[in-house]
Order: sequence, then C-alpha cells, then structure tokens
Amino acid sequence: MSLATTKLSVMLYGLTHALNFQARRFPEFADRLKEKNFTAQIATADKSIGRHYSFRDGRVGSSSGIDPRPDITITVASAEIGARLFVPWVDQLERTEAMKNFQFGADGSDELIVWFTQTVQQMLTLGDEYGMPMADGTRRFVTNTNGGPLFVYVKDGKVVRATPLEFTDEDAPAWTINARGRNFTPPHKTTLSPHGVSAKSALYSPDRLLYPMKRVDFDPHGERNCQNRGVSGYERISWDEALDIVAGEIKRVKTQHGQGAILGNHGSHHMWGNIGYYISAAYKFFNTIGASRVMHNPDSWEGWYWGAMHHFGYSMRLGQVEIYNTVEDCMKECEMMVFWSADPECTNGSYGAFEATVRRQWLKDLKIELVHIDPYYNHTAALLGGKWIAPKPDSDPALALAIAHVWMTEGLYDKKFVAERCIGFEPWRDYVLGKDDGVPKTPEWQEAETGVPAKDVRALARRWGSKKTYLGAGGVGNGHGGACRAANGIQFARALACLMAMQGMGRPGVNYGHLQFGGPIDVRFYFPGYAEGGLSGDIQNTGMPISLYPRMPQLPSYGTSGQKVPRLRIPEAILEGKTEGYPWSGFTIEGQFAKFSYPAPGHSPVKMLYKYGGASIGTMTETNRYVKAYRTDKLEFVVNQSIWFEGEAKFADVLLPACTQFERWDISDVCNAGGYGLHYQTQMNHRVIVLQHKCIEPLGESKSDIRIFTEICSRLGLGTYFCEGMNELDWVKRLFEASDLPKVISWKQFLKKGYYVVPPLEEGARDPVALRWFYEGRKKDVPEASPLPADYSEQFMMGLQTQSGKFEFECSSLKHFDPDDPERPPIFKYRPSWEGPQTKELYERYPLQLISPHSRFSYHTVADGKQCSTNNISEHRVCVDGYYYWVIRVNAQDASARGIKHHDLVKVYNDRGAVVCAAHVTNRLPRGVAHSYESSAVYDPLGEPGNSVDRGGCINNLTSKRSIAAKVLAMAPNSCLVQVELWDGSTTLAGSAGASATADAGREAMPS
Amino acid sequence: MKKWNLVIDVAKCFNCNCCTLAVHDEYSGNSFPGYTEEMPRLGHRWFEIRQREQGEFPVVDVAYLPVTCNHCDEPSCMKGAPEGAINKRADGIVIFDPVHSKGHEELVKSCPYGMIWWNEEKQLPQTWPFDAHLLDQGWKETRASQVCPTGAIRTVHAEDEEMQRRAREEDLQVLHPEFGNKPRIYYKNIDRYFKCFVAGTLEGTLEGTVECIQGARVVLFRDTERIAETESDTFGDFRFRGLEAKGTSYRIEISDPRFASNSVPFTLTKSRYLGAIALEPKA
Repeated sequence: MSLATTKLSVMLYGLTHALNFQARRFPEFADRLKEKNFTAQIATADKSIGRHYSFRDGRVGSSSGIDPRPDITITVASAEIGARLFVPWVDQLERTEAMKNFQFGADGSDELIVWFTQTVQQMLTLGDEYGMPMADGTRRFVTNTNGGPLFVYVKDGKVVRATPLEFTDEDAPAWTINARGRNFTPPHKTTLSPHGVSAKSALYSPDRLLYPMKRVDFDPHGERNCQNRGVSGYERISWDEALDIVAGEIKRVKTQHGQGAILGNHGSHHMWGNIGYYISAAYKFFNTIGASRVMHNPDSWEGWYWGAMHHFGYSMRLGQVEIYNTVEDCMKECEMMVFWSADPECTNGSYGAFEATVRRQWLKDLKIELVHIDPYYNHTAALLGGKWIAPKPDSDPALALAIAHVWMTEGLYDKKFVAERCIGFEPWRDYVLGKDDGVPKTPEWQEAETGVPAKDVRALARRWGSKKTYLGAGGVGNGHGGACRAANGIQFARALACLMAMQGMGRPGVNYGHLQFGGPIDVRFYFPGYAEGGLSGDIQNTGMPISLYPRMPQLPSYGTSGQKVPRLRIPEAILEGKTEGYPWSGFTIEGQFAKFSYPAPGHSPVKMLYKYGGASIGTMTETNRYVKAYRTDKLEFVVNQSIWFEGEAKFADVLLPACTQFERWDISDVCNAGGYGLHYQTQMNHRVIVLQHKCIEPLGESKSDIRIFTEICSRLGLGTYFCEGMNELDWVKRLFEASDLPKVISWKQFLKKGYYVVPPLEEGARDPVALRWFYEGRKKDVPEASPLPADYSEQFMMGLQTQSGKFEFECSSLKHFDPDDPERPPIFKYRPSWEGPQTKELYERYPLQLISPHSRFSYHTVADGKQCSTNNISEHRVCVDGYYYWVIRVNAQDASARGIKHHDLVKVYNDRGAVVCAAHVTNRLPRGVAHSYESSAVYDPLGEPGNSVDRGGCINNLTSKRSIAAKVLAMAPNSCLVQVELWDGSTTLAGSAGASATADAGREAMPS
Repeated sequence: MKKWNLVIDVAKCFNCNCCTLAVHDEYSGNSFPGYTEEMPRLGHRWFEIRQREQGEFPVVDVAYLPVTCNHCDEPSCMKGAPEGAINKRADGIVIFDPVHSKGHEELVKSCPYGMIWWNEEKQLPQTWPFDAHLLDQGWKETRASQVCPTGAIRTVHAEDEEMQRRAREEDLQVLHPEFGNKPRIYYKNIDRYFKCFVAGTLEGTLEGTVECIQGARVVLFRDTERIAETESDTFGDFRFRGLEAKGTSYRIEISDPRFASNSVPFTLTKSRYLGAIALEPKA
C-alpha cells in the first residue's frame, strides 16, 4: 500500500469522526446533519479505494469499500490526488486544475452534492469567532455599503445601530500633508453618506420582500396574462414552488426558443461586496444558465468615454485621466479650483461618502480661490463659497470655447506644452478664432448661448490662465455625471479636455480634481475591487483574467450567448424585436466603434427576463417604455430577484426575495471598484479592507443571492459548478487568502475584528503626481497598467494612448472612424443641444430645462422610498397628506408665475410622461431651469402603468431616450424640456394624444 | 460636575442630514427603558435641519440650522408638567420619561423651539434624549456628532463655568436667548442663519470693453457709521454678511483709482443683491 493510499484511506475514515465530532460540539452543525438522509461515496476512479457515508437523522456512519448504489459519488483520479485535495489547506489552483482536468468530479443528485460538499467545508469554519463583544451586550460586526463602511451593533439577532468606523491606536495612523507651512491630517475614522447612515432603515423596511411570490393570474402551465403585469397582485408561494417555476421556465425557454432567449439584467450597485456582488455571483449565474447580456452604457462617464477619450486615451478609465497624488499636489501648489458640473458634496464621488469633504474644507485654509460652474447653486458651492457661474443647461461647451478664445487671443496658455505634447492645435485654434466658420467664439458670442455675462467669462479665463488651476470636472474631479450626461455631453467633456491641455495638464498645481481622488494612501497593497469579478470565473466581462484569476484560481465561466441588448434599448428589443447599439469597452479607444445589432445572427429574440433588482424605471431614460415592455406577451416570463417590493419588481411573474449585505457574508476594500474604476480607494482618507460579517440571519424567508442562484442551478444539475461546493464564507476566505491580507493579519484576527487599515505611504514614498511624467516628457511612472502595451505607438510607457502618443486636439481615432460626423467631428465644435431653448417648437410648449443629477440622500434606488429614514428629509421627499412625494426645485419667479408655492404638489410633464412632485421654491436656479434628482425607487402610476401620471417620482419618465449622438449609445437625461404646473389631481398624461409627433421630430439621427 | 452640551457650527452645516438619520438609526426600532420609547419610522425628526435661503439669482446664500431638544437649564416643558414626566438630570440632560409622560400631548406645545414630537401610536411626547443611554455606558459623544462629516456638531462634556468661558471666547450663541430657557445647545456662526447680507457686482469699461472690476475698495456704512470694508474679487463681486435687516438704512462707497467714486444707499428688510453697479470713468 502506497503512502498516498494510506493517507487517503485515513482521511476518508477520519471524515466520519470529524463530522460527528463537530456535530457534538456545535448544535447548529448537528441540526444541519439532520437535514438529509442519504448515502455519499468518495472513491478513486479505479474504485481501489472508497468509503461510503450514511447520513441518517443527523448521525453519520461510514464503511470502507464501494457501495453499489450511493446517492452521490465524489471521484478522484488517484489516491495521490485525493490525498492532496482532501486537506483543509488545499491548494486552490491544484483543486481547480483537478476539476478542469477530470481528476476530481462528482456524480448523483446535484442538490445532495452541494449539500455534502458545503457541509464538509463548513467544518473548517465552525466555531470561528467573529465580531467584537461590546460592554453593553451587543456584538460589533462590520459591513460595507455604497455609502461607506459600518460598524454594526447586534443584539439578540437584531441590528441595534450602525455607525461609522472609528479607529484606535492599534490601527495604522492617518497621513499628514504639509502644505504652505501647515500640517493637514484627516480624522482617524470613516464617514458615511446619508444612504449609508440609513442602511439599517432599509434593512428593516416594511417593503422588504420576505417570501417568494407569484403574480396571482400567472400560470406557467396555462394563462400567463402578461398584459396584467404591474396590476394583478401577488400571492405567497413556497421556495420550492418558486424555484421550480423559474428552473422550469429556464428549461422551457431554452428548449423552445434556443440560444439567447433568456435576458439577464442586473442594476448597478444595489449592495456592496466582492463575493455576493452582481459582478461576482450574478455574472457566474448568467454565464451558467446561458443568458443574453444587457450591454450597459457607461452611464456616469458618457461624454468622457465617447468624447474626451479620443483626445487623450485612458480607455481603461473610460476616458478619465489618472488620479495619483493630486491631493498633495493641489494642496501644495494650486491657486484656483474650478468646479465644473461638480457637486461632490452631493454625489460623494463614487462610494466615497464624505471622505473628501474634510479635505475640501482645507481649501479655505489654503486660500485657494473657488469657482463653481453649475446651473444649480449646489451643495459644494453652498458649503465652500466662491463664485457661482450658472450657464444654461447643456450650454457649457460654448462657455469653454470662449475661455479658450480669451487664452488664445491673450496668450494665456502653456505654449510649450501645446507645441511639444499636443498635436492638432492649429485647426482647433482656427475654429475657436472663427477663421474657418467666420464666428469667433468670443465671450460675447457665448453669452447668447449660456446666459453668462461676457465679462465674467473674461475674468474667469484671465484668472485661470494666470493662476495654477485645478479643474474639478464632474462629481469625481476627472469626469463623471452632470453635464456629460446631456445632449452636449460629448462636447462638454471634449471642451474641458482641450482647456486642460492648453494649461499644461500635469504641471505642478495644474491638474484634474477637486480633492475627491488622489489621496496619499497605499494602492500597491493587493486587494481586488468588485470589478475583478469575485467568484464569477467570468473571463470575458470582468477584471478576472488580468487581476484576480492568478491569485484566486476558480472554475472559469463564459457566456455562450453572443447576443447583446443595449440597456437603453431593452424596450425596443422586446417590443419591436430589433435594435442596435455601441459597446462599452475599455480595452482600446476603438472598442466603442464596434456597432452591434439585436437580435444577434442566429439567436432567438428575448423571451424571458431574469431581473436582479428593480431600478430601471427610476434610472433609465423615457422609462414609460420599460413599463410598456413588461406588459406584453412578447416577454413570456419575468422573474425578479429583489430585496424590496419596489419599482419594476412589481412587474414580475415570480418574485424571489433576496437579502441585504447585513444578512450574508462578504469581503471588500472600501471604495475599491477595480476594473475601469482603478484605485477609486484614493478617495478614502484611510484605506480600509473589511470583512463583511453576516450580522443577522436573513429576514423572513429571504436568502442570499448566491444561495438562490445555487438552488436554481441545482435544479439544472449545475449547482456544484456554480458554487464549487463552497459556502459563502469559504469564498470570502478564499478571497482573503488571494489578497495581501494574510501577510499582515491572520484570518482569525480579521474575522473577529472585521477590518484592516492599510498603512498610508510615507511622505517620501508617495505616488508620483498624475500626468507629471507626461508634462515633463518622461516615462510613465504612476501605478496603472494601462494603456495596454500594444497601444503605445512608439516606445513602451512613453506618451498617451492616442495614435500620436500626444494630446490630440484633432483626434486621429475620430478621423479614422468618421471624419464627417457632425456630432463628433475630429476637432471639438459647438452645436446647440438637440433639446433645449434652440429647439424652438418644443421649447414653446415646454419652457423649463430640467436637470436631474444623482440624488444626494439615496444611491440609485438604494435608501429611497420603502419607508426608509430618508423619507423624513424634506429635501428628499415631502409628506403631503400622508404621501411622500419626490421633490422638484423650481426657480422662485417661475414658481410665482405659475402660482406655485413652496411644497405645493405640481405636475411635471412633457410628451413623454407626467410626474407629480412637491415643489421646492428656490433662487438656487436661474429662471427657466428646474432641478430634480433622478433615481426614484418608487414608481406609482395613478392609472394604466406606462401611460399615466406617476406620483412615485420617476423623473426619468420625462427624459428622452435619444442618444447623445447617432454613432454612440449614450443617455442624455440632463437635456429635458418640461412644463410644471399645479397638480389638479388628474391622472392622465397631458399631451399624450399627439404624443410623439413633437417628441420624435428631430430624431432622425437616432440609431435604429 | 461636568455636564453635556453640543456646539454646532452653522457655517459648517451643509444639510447632509447624517445627524437626523443617525438619530433615526438609534431610536427607530429601539426602545431604551428609562430613557425613551422607540421613535416612529416616519414623521419624527428629533434632530432637524432647518434651512434659510437668502438673496436672489445669481447671488444666493443658504444657511442650515440643526435644531434639536435644547436640554434647557430652565426648560419650558417642565413647568407644569406632571410629576416625573420630564426629568432634568444632574449632567444637564432632559429626559422625557417614557412611562410618566404617556398621554400628555399638551407637552408638545410647551417647547418654544418646536422640538417635542408626538408619537401617536405610543401616545408619547418624545424628544432627543441626548443619547444619554449611550453616554451612561461610556460613549464620549453623541451619534449626531460622531457621524457629522464636517465637524459641524461637537459633543462637549464640561463644567458649566468652562462651557460659559468657551461660549464667550468662541462667540457661541444659543437659540433665542430671549426665551430665557438657558439651552445647552450652543451655536457658532449663528448669524449665517439669522442675519442678512448685501452683495453687488462692480463693472466698468476698460479699453472699450465692459469688464469685472476687481480690487475696488468697498466700504459699508450704517447711517453714518462705517461698519465694514472689503475689496471686490476677481469677478467684481463684493458681499457683506451678518447685517441687521429691519428696514435698516445703509450705504456703500466704492473707490477705485480707475473710476469715479460711487455711493449707493439702500435699505435692508431682507438680504439683497444690488446687481451690477457700473462704475463711471473719472471726470
């Protein structure tokens, strides 16, 4: 008998005793063993070694040898392999390779295999202490949200409170920046966004889905009554019934319709984590069952992705420049900061809570002059002060051109940089000066477009051109949100890119940012971001192959359906059966040019929708479309896996109740998006990696997403493949082991304490300042591995990603793609918005320009509605006669002209829809402009869904589905004309009769 | 003995409402016997941010005033309250006893600050109890100050004398001192909320073009008294804050070596943007 044979035999024998021993020690494990009665067998392929285990009423017995009829069999190719795989310290690469190479497999009931392997795995973590006991009898756990990490205090299985993280002397200290003779150090704690503070109220929302439900008049074997989606109501069903229906529909749709008939659609960021997150579990699930993919548009980046990228590259950041160490550079060198369409105190960067707020408060101490360009006197302006310049929505590119005009005519730009690091300046200069079209883009010229006095533009341009200036563009400082999500969004981002090139981006004190990104934390310590794919194995659509796979080997997954549906065109795909789109692809500049069509060749149209969450009606554009798409039998089956009963979840045939991150295990690096959001952690004052404890048991009958997916997969024989036989905590531990954490903290310590603070970089060892290398003509020296090696035209690491390696005022990529595209010519030129004061006929009927930025108090649809605590904030929702209405901000004179008083209920409408809101009368907007946040979680039609007044607050009922430009697919919610009037209580849409004659006019430029 | 106070800096409050929400997190769904019953999920704001917007486009100013139970040393609510319904603790904290105050809806009207909330379901008048249950367990600060991202709210545990000295030195005010309630919630920069501003924009013709006039000296007079002075900024803007606006007469005098001096009289009944002031060439 070989050593391996002996070892494996002993291990198999020992397993019986280990199971029984753990059951004696841990009652919950004893209970688990009582769940199933069956026989499992583990054997070598040649059956020379084998042992079978009988599970009977909680007792485990075993016998050596081969059982003729076991319920499940785990097979290893040889005793040697078995001896190496059945150890607790198993090498995951070897385990994965053994599975891939048919040396390790399982047969029999998939459900039992998953149960058996998870049970064996569970023994390894039983009894591990997690969380910290507190003096008051609570236990302190940790979790993470889109709005910051939380200490979660739990008593008797209930969350008592959730607070920011406060660090102690045992944790790494804060960094200090010395600037202008003073030391600046942030507080030794984390911050929370309003939606982070309200997380507990969302957890315990009365609108939680606690049981599986079925639409009352939906019968998968009879009448489906698809036209009644949204009105027919629900009845409670068992998990088994729900999962059987869903698995049955997956099988039916695949056999009846073939490849591509299932559409998997997830929202963005409703919870946080690396394991249970959508880019992990949902991607693996959709790849596993075989689903057509919803192609998201780069919703927050739009103009930067489709526009600015062509000037300077950075495709891997979707058209936003690198961010390193700009906080220190700004604090030491900068003299003026221009916030342009930037309200970080509202939007919190990306998941950054109020981390950067304390840094921006230092701007005053540093005597840095501030300017805010935004049609709304935003929260950043209100807190920090400074000059407010309010161009009409969507006119910003004209303002930018006039600034360039002043710089060109007065010589106020970095001529050396423009000459040496840029190309194509001359044709653009000729356009700005009016040499090619006879129209000099002077401050006076822009005044007609923007409403901003020419003298203000001259004063701004001169100051900017003579002082070292940071441009805080968009919500994160180098792009994102606001004006880039408008008809002129591409122009806006291109304009700002050109301005920054004229000033020599990368020069000390001259860069992108408003202290949101670029803090001096250590980004070299490895911990993956969510976009690295977690347990997805997804080698196509996550950062997995580049970032995580070598660290965390796992079974790969691949979506076999080649069919893609543009998220903004899902209704057309369903209702009209065909549509087109342009992709969100960051690997190269040219990736975005590859137009695709739906249906894909040889693929079935979509017949079944698997929806994860319910945000579309609040967050997409012209969203009555989505409602209509639900109410058709062209969609034969809709399942929605949702935490709350809200939004489009109310249009599903079957509802599967998922739980929040409080109720399941996960692990994450705060703010670390990874992928296209590389090093977003630099928003944090302290880089914190957290073990997201399972703080409480899932409420009601809700389950974690992973568990729901596993149980559906098991019905298809795919559960073992989906979860690799692991529990969620096992996956969390695998990710821990894949990171740099084991070098600095033990698993047991981390599991107990729940967080680790990565020490900040010492002053001399901080990252180089973003773009300095480019400004100085050196080799790239910042810690980002993009562009890809092949995208350097001459010497590796020298120059930008553009064809010339330089900043291109005249974009080579656009010249190649379509030099005659009037919407996106090779040099940036101004065109008035396709929906604004210049569209005269529409403007006469709908004279208010409505902008709809991301909400301040909720995040997408997280923490809005559902009786969350945010309802109590009158800037968020206003209670009138017991109903909580969404808020619209209306200029005081506009309100007065319409007889509207503060907190009156008003109807906001155009040809696309009508929404009832509470009016907030203000002077923080110029006349003719209205402001309401997007992303209402509540859709509450007062009549026929999709064709009546919504009083939930889905402002995106009103925004246009039109793409920013014909040859891109990008949303433009900030170009939206509406009328506002006192609400008379009516429930029908105004102007719906002739609906779309006007709205559709001028849409000839749309794709498809 | 040391007592509990809050110091709230109005200039640092930007209406994020994290305090309001943290207080909700603490009390909604939790009852703390001896301190308070749970807060209703909807409708109560034991910490409430009031806002005041002043001025008009394009010069506005928004100030936010977080208001809560003032834990007054002379609380109006206790006068005439039933025995044991409201307790003033030795450490300054005022507690509405969740047993003995039950049913006493009339107490809601007794607070001149409007910060007693009626819990219909539980038939209780409720206020923010200064997180006394946490402080009694050793917490050093309140949920509101812990979560405040700008440092606008600070919990101060100090002897009364020390607090008074601090109030003098830092020019702290209480809300409506005229009520005589002696609140324990102090405010810094409270003028940002209650006082008014006047602003204007200077422009003039330089080399044939209308420009923003930067660096002009602007002096503010109330009647004949010179009360403030500033310089116009990059955009020709100037602003004076902290002004009385009870029909008060003011005058500004503008001087710049490039232009003729200018004097603009005005009265303030509310904050005002005087608009663009065109400076004339020197005669």
